[in-house]
Amino acid sequence: MKHQSEYRDPGLARLQLQAIRQTVAGFDQTMTFMEVCGTHTMAIYQHGIRALLPESIRLISGPGCPVCVTPVAYVDQAVALARRPETIIATFGDMVRVPGSSSNLLQEQARGAKIKIVYSPLDAVALAEKNPDNDVVFLGVGFETTTPTVAGAVLTAKRKNLNNFYVLCSHKTMPGPMAALAGDPELQVDGYLCPAHVSAIIGANAYQPLVDAYRVPCVVTGFEPLDVLQGVLMLARQVVAAEARVETQYRRVVKPEGNLKAQGILCQVFEPCDARWRGIGDIPDSGLKLRSDYARFDAAQQLPVEVETAVEPQGCLCGEILKGKVCPNDCPLFATTCTPEDPVGACMVSSEGTCAAEYKYGVES
Amino acid sequence: MKSDVILLGHGSGGKLSHQLLDELIVPILSGIGQHDQNDAAILASPNGRLAFTTDSYVVDPIFFPGGNIGDLAIHGTVNDLAMAGATPIAISVGLIIEEGLPIADLKLVLETMRDAAVQAQVRIVTGDTKVVPHGKADKLFINTSGIGAIKHDLEISGSNAQVGDKILINGNIGDHGMAVLASREGLELESAIRTDSAPLNGMVETLVSELGSQLHTLRDPTRGGVATTLKEIALQSEVEITLEETALPIDPAVGGACGILGLDPLFVANEGKLLAFVAADAADRALAIMQCHPYGTAAAVIGEVTATAAGKVRLHTAIGGLRAIEMLAGEQLPRIC
Repeated sequence: MKHQSEYRDPGLARLQLQAIRQTVAGFDQTMTFMEVCGTHTMAIYQHGIRALLPESIRLISGPGCPVCVTPVAYVDQAVALARRPETIIATFGDMVRVPGSSSNLLQEQARGAKIKIVYSPLDAVALAEKNPDNDVVFLGVGFETTTPTVAGAVLTAKRKNLNNFYVLCSHKTMPGPMAALAGDPELQVDGYLCPAHVSAIIGANAYQPLVDAYRVPCVVTGFEPLDVLQGVLMLARQVVAAEARVETQYRRVVKPEGNLKAQGILCQVFEPCDARWRGIGDIPDSGLKLRSDYARFDAAQQLPVEVETAVEPQGCLCGEILKGKVCPNDCPLFATTCTPEDPVGACMVSSEGTCAAEYKYGVES
Repeated sequence: MKSDVILLGHGSGGKLSHQLLDELIVPILSGIGQHDQNDAAILASPNGRLAFTTDSYVVDPIFFPGGNIGDLAIHGTVNDLAMAGATPIAISVGLIIEEGLPIADLKLVLETMRDAAVQAQVRIVTGDTKVVPHGKADKLFINTSGIGAIKHDLEISGSNAQVGDKILINGNIGDHGMAVLASREGLELESAIRTDSAPLNGMVETLVSELGSQLHTLRDPTRGGVATTLKEIALQSEVEITLEETALPIDPAVGGACGILGLDPLFVANEGKLLAFVAADAADRALAIMQCHPYGTAAAVIGEVTATAAGKVRLHTAIGGLRAIEMLAGEQLPRIC
């Protein structure tokens, strides 16, 4: 990765901050900007950005971490599948620690379940090829950033004629939840820092309907600290000018139309479906399921298991935190009974969760 | 040796075991003859205090860029002794071998161990070999224990960090963890990342003799990385530590790979690094000593002890922000040593 230091230049950061201060000087309203991407959450904490901004700008974290928004019932289903002796669960690392109703995948692994952490869905296909006597179930969790690679893995499995590769699908899409939160009367979002890599796939134009319907400024923003500061500046300028437009700060990567090839492969394999978001509830057409042509790769259809009734953790405010309504420090469980070593809610499990970020980087806690 | 792989019989205690010891392990590791092979090594007793440490190595894969499980097992124990301010005297080697391990692999590991011990000027004086059935271990596990002599009266300890101390590290952060991860997962990176595994006893001896009581704390930031180690020291010494992000030496390849994988180099393991807390007016000398040493050319002052407080570690970010540093929770990267 080259040129990282250029996007962390202290001198340029000072100039950006100065411009932000000048923009909001004399503007007597507080501005609340929400970021809806786990990597933004981490970047804001990691570089200590909040404390550098004027007091009138408030940054809140929304439902941008795919692990965090995955409902308990999904984890329960993965646990039930993991208990089948013939199953190998292939997953990105964070999912193994997410608490289900009564167990999690890490505990199942300790009891003998076969859980393999992979870095690419194609690794799961390779695993299926190597283990023809096992059912390899890939946990399909993530937004449009990861979904095209899962679609690619499904197509690869089809081409190789594998009959032991499955996806347990809980993929979600943007910007459905952003619209849901923009319309939430309890929450005043004055602007969205739109996700960087999701937008590289779906394109900046995808946010236009959101802007049209809710008149909320949207700026597609990169992940480096200078990106975030510039994104905040662009949002503040729109708010001060009483405008609402889609702008792209992250122009070095994101095009208005997005990545058409990735969209094509995604559309070939998946179709929209209603989806349940932890904390937010059901949002129409905000999820993806495998098209009927690929139903033979659908773990939920092909590998029926008995799943326990989902029980939400008591006292956990993950749902409110995911909506940006409360901060981790407002949750009575935060850093007391809920810690990264022994998490209660998903926001503490995922390395990109808001609670994990606050616990790891927060200067106050 | 007739077989080219390890057989269960090599751990039986019988003829095959003797063959493995006499023809491979003992000639490579110790050079002692049959008549000296007793149940325990007899060592001369040094004057003063002793340091004693043990560590087990289960790294996967056993070979990785820049090293293997063998030199890692020697360096790790030598460094643990060195961090106590001790001069390593003797090391034991326990091998747990999975049936089927190629003899050639074992030979290479043993030769690397020998070379590492020679370089660190420590003798391998005793050992043990077990063989377990296929699938009951993963290729090769090694335990090393070490004894060292403390030849000074200094109190070098994690609880001895003092307000005003400068914090030094002898080079780039996170190389070992990323080298093992990249090699294990077959990550294709632009440039190969090599382990930093190295013996640090030579550098420590110079630091101890040159700085004396101005050297307060030494610790090697292995599992959990620099962040976890500093947090431990902050808690032990009841001080607040403040780091400067721009001062952290990080190889661009490691920084880039960490960025892609969502890892923080501060939490990635090192095997040839030490953190030294020294009195402020000795910092320049300590830095010069490190930079003159082959394992310290990229040494840097990365922060200081800023206050007496209940174990806080903070980082000034490059863009001027401030964030907390906590211990690693869970396993960032399993089986890296």
